[in-house]
Amino acid sequence: MSGVASIHLVENALLVSIQDDVTDTEIIDLQDALSNRIADENVDGVIVDISALEIVDTFVGRVIAQLAGISRLLAAETYVVGMRPAVAVTLVELGMYLPQTRTALSLSHALAQLRRG
Amino acid sequence: MAEPQPDFLHKILQRIDLKTGKDAVQARQVVARELKARGVSALRVTRFATAVSEIARNVIVHGGGGHFTVGLNAATSYLDVECRDRGRGIPDIDQAMKDGFTTAGGLGRGLGGAKRLSDRFEIETVPGQGTTVRMSAKI
Repeated sequence: MSGVASIHLVENALLVSIQDDVTDTEIIDLQDALSNRIADENVDGVIVDISALEIVDTFVGRVIAQLAGISRLLAAETYVVGMRPAVAVTLVELGMYLPQTRTALSLSHALAQLRRG
Repeated sequence: MAEPQPDFLHKILQRIDLKTGKDAVQARQVVARELKARGVSALRVTRFATAVSEIARNVIVHGGGGHFTVGLNAATSYLDVECRDRGRGIPDIDQAMKDGFTTAGGLGRGLGGAKRLSDRFEIETVPGQGTTVRMSAKI
């Protein structure tokens, strides 16, 4: 089951690390699983760690953007952490700015922002 | 449509059948590995591997599967990639290359984006017969 990320509850947020070999199907499954857990566990935030991702293409970018939209409707903020500089440059070149996500440089920064509310 | 460079894919490194998402992941990982092994910067590796990921997905989602070939062009110092399918082709290529055009409910940034992220890019499509993309990164 490589590529399928596990979801951890950390303080008031769900933390998930996406692996570099994640497939389109797996990331859609992850989006579904996270959506259910946000509602079930009444969290304030979702933290998506993409530090392992060498690339984020338009498909993965769209799934992350949709996840942020779903989270917001369920009263949680989505933080993307660990984005590599090369990934950020490439996403902007693709015209993908992920406007609904909040970004933090690390997990601890994201948790600190969530604590402040 | 321009003829492919005669030296395109001069030395073939690997071929992968593109059928599932796992094959697309493998294709872009092979490209990243080959570029890194030749000292290409992280930014340029990510840009081209992202372009390859877009095109490999198109082959699987729109082309009904196909073939990926990666190779070297020692004379011109390019890493060359060819993605070929026998799908229904693209009726209006100029429209398909524009950002915002989509037939599959996506963002419609994939094809134009892949071209921008490649150092050389050409697409050949015949309605009803399939599509071939040839793309390269300078090494």
